[in-house]
Amino acid sequence: MALPPTPAQTVGPFFGYALPYDGGPQLVAPGSSGSIRLHGTVYDGDGAPIPDAMVEIWQPDQHGRISQQPGSLSRDGHTFTGWGRTEVNYEGQFTFTTVNPGPTAPGKAPYILLTVFARGLMDRLFTRVYMPEDRQALGADPLLSTLAEDRRSTLIAHRDDDGGLRFDIRLQGEDETVFLTYPRTPQFTGRRA
Amino acid sequence: MAQPPTNPDAAAASQEQISAEIAEQHRNYQQQKDHGTEETSARLNFPPYRSSLLRHPTKSLQHADPEDIELHSPAFGQRDVSPLEADLTIQHGGEPIGERIVVSGRVLDGDGRPVRHQLVEVWQANAAGRYIHKRDQHPAPIDPNFTGVGRTLTGPEGEYSFTTIKPAPYPWKNHINAWRPAHIHFSLFGTDFTQRIVTQMYFPGDPLFSLDPIYQAITDPQARQRLVATYDHGVSQHEWNTGYRWDIILSGSNRTWSEEDQ
Ligand SMILES: [Fe+2]
Repeated sequence: MALPPTPAQTVGPFFGYALPYDGGPQLVAPGSSGSIRLHGTVYDGDGAPIPDAMVEIWQPDQHGRISQQPGSLSRDGHTFTGWGRTEVNYEGQFTFTTVNPGPTAPGKAPYILLTVFARGLMDRLFTRVYMPEDRQALGADPLLSTLAEDRRSTLIAHRDDDGGLRFDIRLQGEDETVFLTYPRTPQFTGRRA
Repeated sequence: MAQPPTNPDAAAASQEQISAEIAEQHRNYQQQKDHGTEETSARLNFPPYRSSLLRHPTKSLQHADPEDIELHSPAFGQRDVSPLEADLTIQHGGEPIGERIVVSGRVLDGDGRPVRHQLVEVWQANAAGRYIHKRDQHPAPIDPNFTGVGRTLTGPEGEYSFTTIKPAPYPWKNHINAWRPAHIHFSLFGTDFTQRIVTQMYFPGDPLFSLDPIYQAITDPQARQRLVATYDHGVSQHEWNTGYRWDIILSGSNRTWSEEDQ
């Protein structure tokens, strides 16, 4: 029988001295072979940057393998653990050093799972950062194909000239990022039905 | 009462206004509940919590089927967390001021399976209600012997235990004379990344509960109760600490579990 879940509460304003840690944003060493920068800004419903948000990413490696190796909190410089965390800066910007995720099965569209937390945000929000290149895989993706074009584009990262990825997060508004809900994962928006 | 709130950081409203807004949200929820949907978590859009106004999605969350990455969580191990990090009272040269407490419990998934060897992080104010954070500038003393940050890994039955100091309530700027009930922030992972949760644990009988728009953003009274620890004399120890028990139930796993995984 399913048990009633413990409710979420906001991460609040004071997580900054507790949750972020040295090495959190560096899933791989900057400058190492295959490393890229994943960066973006978190915005509120007025289009203003949010200076007290935290972002986590969780992803497969370049070959689509999901790491089950420990060491995210105390990185050894070699093991890819697939998970990272960073707070945003005063301008709402976050930066990770990571690798392009590979497809977890042939033909699948690769993506990075991204989670955002913030003061004022009562529960974490999930979204996906899709790689922009494989148009065929993107077209066949079961999530993306359910979305209208303007909504779909919020989930596809922009490739920078230097090979990095830019992914901005808009918590609210016209161009609001598509946030995800999963089976057995209740989340209440408080919108009037 | 239905005045549209304006600047989320203005702290313009009185407690009476905020309490009236909370009551209205709860009345609406009770009517809705009578027609079906029981809410088990906090609302993202809860206007009495002013900071939520511009920081909640207004479009429906999009249903997604979890894929491989969502059905897994990162692994944490001994190299990540020292056993000493579960004791927040030994991080400095001296004993912190305040009531020494132990908070113990289990982390279970939505089917009651223990969540084993997984990371639990906590952070909290000190016994005067002050955080070691540059943003917290209210005039209460910092304790040089208390940082208020801890980590641990759950055991084979999903169990965890922290030794700490009971935190005090603290003021904030949501409205005039706003005070948070005493709480400990918790961050948890499950077996599936979709079970990731950050929440707050409260202490039984706090007189600030009814006044707090963060706690009351959980519209369902039974759901609110799930964030309140229980005083447990079995966790208290002779001439050393009082004890609280708080079990955490994550959302449901979407993995296919075999018999031996159970
Ligand atoms: Fe707090």
